[in-house]
Amino acid sequence: MNGMSKIVKVTACILIIPGIVFGLYIIMHGHLTPGGGFQGGAVIATISALFIIAYADEIRGVLDKDILSLMESMALIAFISLAFLGLSTTFFHNFLVNGGGLFGNPVSGINPGDLNTGGVIPLMNLAVGLEVYSALSLIVVVMYFGSKQEVLEDVN
Amino acid sequence: MILVEHAAILLIAFPLLGAFITPIVGRVNSLFRDTWVITVLAFTELLAVLLGYDVLQNGISVYTLGARLPALTSPSGIPVRIILEVDAMNAFISVIVSSIALVVVWYCLGFMNQSRVLDKLYTLILLLLTGMLGLTLTGDLFNLFVFLEVVSISSAALIAFYVHRGESLEAAFKYMVLSSIGALMVLFAVALIYGQYNLLSMAAVADKIQNTFLDEVAMVLLISAFLLKAGSVPAHMWKPDAYGEAPAPVAVLLLTSALVCLYVLFRIIFTVFNPATPLLGWVLAILGVSSIFLGVSMALIQNNLSRLIAYSAIAEIGFILLGTGSGLIEAPYLSMVGFNAISGGVFHILNDVLDLGLLFLAAGAVFYLTGERDLNRMGGLGHTQPLLAVFFLVGIFAVSGLPPFNGFASKMMIYESVYVFNPLLAIIGILGSILMLAVFVKVFFSIFLGVSPAKGHGKLPKSMLAGMGVLVLLIILIGLFPALVVDYLISPAVNALINSQNYIGGVL
Repeated sequence: MNGMSKIVKVTACILIIPGIVFGLYIIMHGHLTPGGGFQGGAVIATISALFIIAYADEIRGVLDKDILSLMESMALIAFISLAFLGLSTTFFHNFLVNGGGLFGNPVSGINPGDLNTGGVIPLMNLAVGLEVYSALSLIVVVMYFGSKQEVLEDVN
Repeated sequence: MILVEHAAILLIAFPLLGAFITPIVGRVNSLFRDTWVITVLAFTELLAVLLGYDVLQNGISVYTLGARLPALTSPSGIPVRIILEVDAMNAFISVIVSSIALVVVWYCLGFMNQSRVLDKLYTLILLLLTGMLGLTLTGDLFNLFVFLEVVSISSAALIAFYVHRGESLEAAFKYMVLSSIGALMVLFAVALIYGQYNLLSMAAVADKIQNTFLDEVAMVLLISAFLLKAGSVPAHMWKPDAYGEAPAPVAVLLLTSALVCLYVLFRIIFTVFNPATPLLGWVLAILGVSSIFLGVSMALIQNNLSRLIAYSAIAEIGFILLGTGSGLIEAPYLSMVGFNAISGGVFHILNDVLDLGLLFLAAGAVFYLTGERDLNRMGGLGHTQPLLAVFFLVGIFAVSGLPPFNGFASKMMIYESVYVFNPLLAIIGILGSILMLAVFVKVFFSIFLGVSPAKGHGKLPKSMLAGMGVLVLLIILIGLFPALVVDYLISPAVNALINSQNYIGGVL
């Protein structure tokens, strides 16, 4: 299968940029506005689905199962490592908050919502976003190739 | 020491980290991955033992996630944070869970050596262990729901391990549907409680509980959901499918997760909804007796070995419910009889997982050697595998409650004390035990005695024999010295369970 017409393919390529930017926006503002890692990651994963629709089999080299699965594990490890890093006080302790410098000044009362005052929360949101993006893309890819009976080598 | 101070959370977090790292380690090579998984499990076991020792020495240990200090559970009197609360009962269950996981994975090293998706198997086993330990240690009702979902999802994936068999997928689907229903009931009950008290911490809810009509609805929902997950009688139908279709080591872990759900049930009844009414005790005892009756009588007619053991697992759950339910009938626990009944039930949790675990592992070994599930097509295995036959015999005697083994000790405690409340229930229990022996004698005959089929049997890997050997050793040791176990492990656990004021005082 060669996918859809050239018009669809070019439109899909153009849509990458707003799609990923919107997804990243939702991920990075997770601690300030509704949304967060899961929702943003799901938004980015829709780009994978769009590409599979537009390009069909040509996607094989770009969305590789092994790489997506590796990315998923890495994101999960990053998430739990951030939780482990707080262990000098307690597990999941927000050790970066009020850290000064890159991590912002101490928060006091209502503020306009600075991005960098959340401590480890934006980093954890990023990890969750990466995990959700790679996991959902993996599901879509496996379902696409699975519907063509091409993943049987994975069975036991 | 930092390890003991953070033992409660590390017990949950470390298997989780292990689960996430396993797929990456598995890319390197299989020996490295096996070593890694065993290391993670051994460390978890060490943490569980350390935590248990600490709790027995120093009383209830609490851990607050994300706080400035682990013991800072309720700043300004409001317990808002996620709390892990460990008393003697939790610690006892967490030691059981982590030991069984270690034995099972050790057994898997030999049992699964043909499989090509071991990375995923070990990841899922570690996730299941995380879920079970989380269910055991958490002191927060909403986290209970989250960990229940972790257990359900990883178990469903593990049941469907042999994906090329349609039956496995059917069993996994059935399990998934039923456990989703259970999880939704838990969520609804949590919402009912949260809506009334604005609290999710189990200790704080137990302190504030008014036993209104809505609370009773929530209690019934929670009890039904956890009985469903434990596989007691009205909701036992997923059990034979799931245990029968899953690989044998996974069946042992599923059995352990059912027992963890029973523990959660007891925690909810004894602690959160204290004081429990005698009516509740009667309901549990009668459900227990019907589980015994149905499990044993269905086991009699089975031809598939794993399904047969699964039905006897339903009967064994019945014994635990019978003991604990009879203890609840006498709610303020003034006499030793009620205490003994609950002790028998809690002791039987340990014995059940050892006995049926051994039988499931032995059934897995039989499947490994013969490739058969049907009892009618087996025979004569005892000539070539005498050690396996002895292991199976020990499992049979222990599970039917014969004297030198551990099943006898706990069943004796249950019979003696239940007889005081209602002789009829005790007699049905004893009859169930005798029928269980009849079932398993038949099974032993058809697998190990008689003429051997022409097919040549291979040799069992050493790790499988070692895994079963550890369980046999524990069964015999507990059978020989039950008083030690009851004094040092069971009595503190039951005391922690029935004195809900201590649990509440740990947080507030």
